[in-house]
Amino acid sequence: MRHDVIDDVASLVKPGSVHRRLYDDPAIFELELERVFGSAWIYVGHESQVKQPGDYFCTYLGRKPVVVVRGPDSKVHVLHNQCAHRGALVVALDKGRTGEFQCCYHGWTYHLDGRLKAVPLQHGYPPGFDPKSPSMAMLHVPHVSSYRGFLFANQSSEGPSLEEWLGYMTTSLDDMVDRAPDGELEVAGGVFKHTYNGNWKLYLENLCDAAHPWFTHRSSIDAAQQQSDEVFTDGAGEIAIRQMRQNGAPYSFWESQVGIWTYPNGHSFLGDYHDDKKLVAALNDPISRDYMDALERKKGREETKRIMEVRRWNSNIYPNLSFMSQFQQLRVIHPLAVNRTLVCTYSFRLRGAPEQLFHNTIRFANVVNGTGSLVLTDDLEIYNRIGLGISSEGAEWLQIGRGFQSDVPDEHGGRRGKNSTSEVYIRNMFDAWVGYMDEAAAPNHRRLESVPA
Amino acid sequence: MSPTDVAADRRAAPRASKPLDVQACEQFLVHEARLLDECRFDEWLALFTPDASYWVPSEPDQKSPLDMVSLIYDDRRLLETRVRRLASPRIYSQEPRSRTSRVVTNVTIEDTTDPVATLVRSKFVLIEFRRNEQRLFGGTSFHRLKTVDGDIKIAWKRVDLVNCDGPMDGIVVPL
Repeated sequence: MRHDVIDDVASLVKPGSVHRRLYDDPAIFELELERVFGSAWIYVGHESQVKQPGDYFCTYLGRKPVVVVRGPDSKVHVLHNQCAHRGALVVALDKGRTGEFQCCYHGWTYHLDGRLKAVPLQHGYPPGFDPKSPSMAMLHVPHVSSYRGFLFANQSSEGPSLEEWLGYMTTSLDDMVDRAPDGELEVAGGVFKHTYNGNWKLYLENLCDAAHPWFTHRSSIDAAQQQSDEVFTDGAGEIAIRQMRQNGAPYSFWESQVGIWTYPNGHSFLGDYHDDKKLVAALNDPISRDYMDALERKKGREETKRIMEVRRWNSNIYPNLSFMSQFQQLRVIHPLAVNRTLVCTYSFRLRGAPEQLFHNTIRFANVVNGTGSLVLTDDLEIYNRIGLGISSEGAEWLQIGRGFQSDVPDEHGGRRGKNSTSEVYIRNMFDAWVGYMDEAAAPNHRRLESVPA
Repeated sequence: MSPTDVAADRRAAPRASKPLDVQACEQFLVHEARLLDECRFDEWLALFTPDASYWVPSEPDQKSPLDMVSLIYDDRRLLETRVRRLASPRIYSQEPRSRTSRVVTNVTIEDTTDPVATLVRSKFVLIEFRRNEQRLFGGTSFHRLKTVDGDIKIAWKRVDLVNCDGPMDGIVVPL
């Protein structure tokens, strides 16, 4: 049984390897919630989810329940979802529209900006009780910021602005928005909520892993390659099967055609992998043509051409967001426990695009993010197996060194792999992790008593 | 829109000679459940018509599989790929295999006026055991059944899970 003290978490990360405790030590997990999720910008949602004053939805900052709400002044607030009286969850539904929030226990009632509005039996409280005191409220998360409709919250009042922190990754968010002919996105089409028995970090570490599809997804690649195209499809099978076949591209393709780019604060993207003509619809497809026409009418031919040539696959914003700007997909990672993770995935409708294009987005979501997908289910199995294997007393240090000697600087201040199979994006996330976790960088450091996993 | 309306979009097919009775439908559903429990997926696939679809919505009362994501939405082509994958020796998400046990009950015929097929509603409980963990699924199934050359076939199947919009580990074995 292990029971020791960590006073130097940074020592658990080496240039080409990380200690396995980073994935299975509950004490490290708790410290991550405090230091990583407590001081990074955390994606909470999209402005289209709170279009009107009074619109709200619930989510989590790390494990803390919060409610995101648009106030009467149209400002978006992120409030701790907790009554100031006895601590009960105030907002119980996932989303809705309301004029005020009311706790179901004793009827304490709050304005949409979190201020306390009414307290029944107020005369019974001691003389110092002041319902107007800032602490008598559904407390604000101190910083909320939006980049082109994408809402982030920060529990720390120090650190860089959202835009500074995103750095060059703003270009991936730009790409997501630029693809909408009217320049606006809308969250639509429902949510997948998939779970696995493994650490939250594993998810982002897999999304830019170009070395696994050929192997992990073999069963769906083979099944799709053997599928007759003569069998009836209403479009669902066609898009899914194209995607699965593309996963079967040989290593030589990944090593020569695909790139991996990384940027400060743990962010990264995998580029030049799939493009529209391989996946969602051929360029001569009537839906694609209608869409391109709509885009050209609004943006002009040159700008449309520029937009279509941005071919990013997954863009990852550390520590809780991944999105596919080319395919209108977005995933939010919620750590539940050191060995349990929830991922919620969303689709976006491009305003001004033909509705048929959104149907293709949904078909693509089902194969890439679906709980019953023929592809994702093998990724979930990998996370589960790491969850099971990690507690072994075998390898103490896990390897993240592929490509270590051949990574090169990037013109926008980042680093890129010589080719896409470099694990540079994992090393880059751990650079950020050390920055958040290291005692020198974390003012509220306490000595951490490690307990057996 | 009801399941009937959604199904009405299906391509026209020859009229069934007569509506199926509830007993025949129940026997058929029990047979289908047995094929799935016994991992006889090729035989299960053979129960579907060439233009069938198989749908597990992600929300209660979901109106359409086109503008909202689904836990599973397979047209015939994708359903064939799904079943072929289940037979792959490299389907890691079925290593070890799931064992399942299904109970199908409360069978009722919802609509016999449709000239193409009979809409059947049933309740199910499904226990799945895999790698030391047991999961429980339950809900309502809708089948549109029709007779083709004397055999009952599934033209459309919809499975509404009670927990369809809840957090869930992956679904690999068909429901």
